[in-house]
Amino acid sequence: MEIENRDVILRLLHQNGRLSAETIASMIGETPENVSQMIKEMEDEHIILRYSATINWEKVKSERVTAVIDVKVTPQREVGFDAIAERIYRFSEVKSVALMSGAYDLQVVIEGDDIREIARFVSERLSTIDHVISTTTHFLLKTYKSDGVIFDDNEGDRRLVVTP
Amino acid sequence: MTELTHRLSKTVRDLPPSGIRRFFDLASQMQDVISLGVGEPDFVTPWHVREASIYALERGFTSYTANAGLIELRKEISRYLRKFELDYDPETEILVTIGGSEAIDLALRTLLEPGEEVLIPEPTYVSYRPCAVLAGGTPVVVPTGMKDDFRLTKKELTAAVTANTKVLVMSYPNNPTGAVMGSDDLRDVAELAMARDFFVVTDEIYAELSYGEIHRSIAAIPGMKERTILVSGLSKAYAMTGWRVGYVAAPREIMQELIKIHQYTILCAPVMGQMAAIEAFRHGDSERDRMVESYNERRRLVVSGLKRIGLDCHEPKGAFYAFPSIASTGLTSEQFAEGLLKEGKVAVVPGHVFGESGEGFIRASYATSVEQIERALERMDRFVQKFQPQQV
Repeated sequence: MEIENRDVILRLLHQNGRLSAETIASMIGETPENVSQMIKEMEDEHIILRYSATINWEKVKSERVTAVIDVKVTPQREVGFDAIAERIYRFSEVKSVALMSGAYDLQVVIEGDDIREIARFVSERLSTIDHVISTTTHFLLKTYKSDGVIFDDNEGDRRLVVTP
Repeated sequence: MTELTHRLSKTVRDLPPSGIRRFFDLASQMQDVISLGVGEPDFVTPWHVREASIYALERGFTSYTANAGLIELRKEISRYLRKFELDYDPETEILVTIGGSEAIDLALRTLLEPGEEVLIPEPTYVSYRPCAVLAGGTPVVVPTGMKDDFRLTKKELTAAVTANTKVLVMSYPNNPTGAVMGSDDLRDVAELAMARDFFVVTDEIYAELSYGEIHRSIAAIPGMKERTILVSGLSKAYAMTGWRVGYVAAPREIMQELIKIHQYTILCAPVMGQMAAIEAFRHGDSERDRMVESYNERRRLVVSGLKRIGLDCHEPKGAFYAFPSIASTGLTSEQFAEGLLKEGKVAVVPGHVFGESGEGFIRASYATSVEQIERALERMDRFVQKFQPQQV
């Protein structure tokens, strides 16, 4: 029951991080105290890492540039890809790093003030790391949907205000 | 009344206009209203269903279909109904209709002779009584109440049956009360139907929206299929209200007659909707279950919120409506709903539009977002407190 509830709480918080423990408790038929306790535990266990907002930066005229970089690397003895991934994700401009199956190994997403800054990062920081074999940089042009959220959703509530 | 009106059908003129209409007019003139008055899902039809319908149009599916509907769809309906231990032959026992609404009309018109009695448990969905009247029947109310969680009880039903009773129209999970019928309740109704020899029209449009126990159909009880017309559709379960796709399942002898009305008045349900329905039945289960889970969460939120406000509410175990009593405020349903709309800017439906047994209650739909529900509950709280007796 507890495990099941934890999954539901995670799903609800992932959709809306501002839901209060009281609201969640009503929704799943638990006490607010138990819900708060479960959330606290999941924070302590680093299951819940942080609460953040999903933002459409294009609407605030941000000039920031995002690039998705495919990185091929030679895995190292003992530590495989982890050590090299760490050397990459420790850079503050790196937004995410994931190990991929297929044509390349690491997918690195970085953000910079302009194209030059990203070019500098790739040529001076990323490519020069030992065991990095190659990089392919793609610039992100527009985000339509991210993490389940459609950015310009025009499907409003078209229902009549009162119906049988 | 104008001279022109006088020349029109008396049966139609005598039908009361829908009580919901007045509320719709009031609410739609106002700004910043939070509506708990909507009787349909707040989800848009899942994309894969819409996409399948678009594809069907691109391929040129624009013609009539068989009167009974596309055989592929009838096979899917037949397969789907097995989930409820129902066995209907797609070739001879299933008909695709324009929503559950057409299905109700067809069922009653097929069964009724002038003056025969139609048992209608109240509070009731607004269409059954007018459909019964238009089919020449005489509606007979069977009251249900909060003390029984708005289930249809053997006692009330027995009291309403006469030698002239032809059919019982029942719909569980229920709009507006959210009530469901357990196996024992259904068995009681079935025994009475067989003992007193009447038919049952069962509208199971909310079957998927059952929280807790899986839905059971009265048609699955041995001996009942022969005297039951099952009516349902995709509107609620698959968030497809505007597509108008419903169906009737009935034994062959009934279907042979019933389909004639559909042939002559409708011809066939729109093909785009039928293509979409096939896709929903084939690939829509996980989206459907996700939506049901979401209603369930909001159901708990609304019911606990109403109780906190001080409105007595039975636990609705199906559909997406709570049906709280507003007796503690001393207001009538109409006064409450109108006051709440004008002062609190929350739209609910006054219970009396669902029949006299609904007086003293309101219908609050929870098919709206968690944020809207919470704001509506706050507004309702402020409104209700004005009428609560002072604590001593």
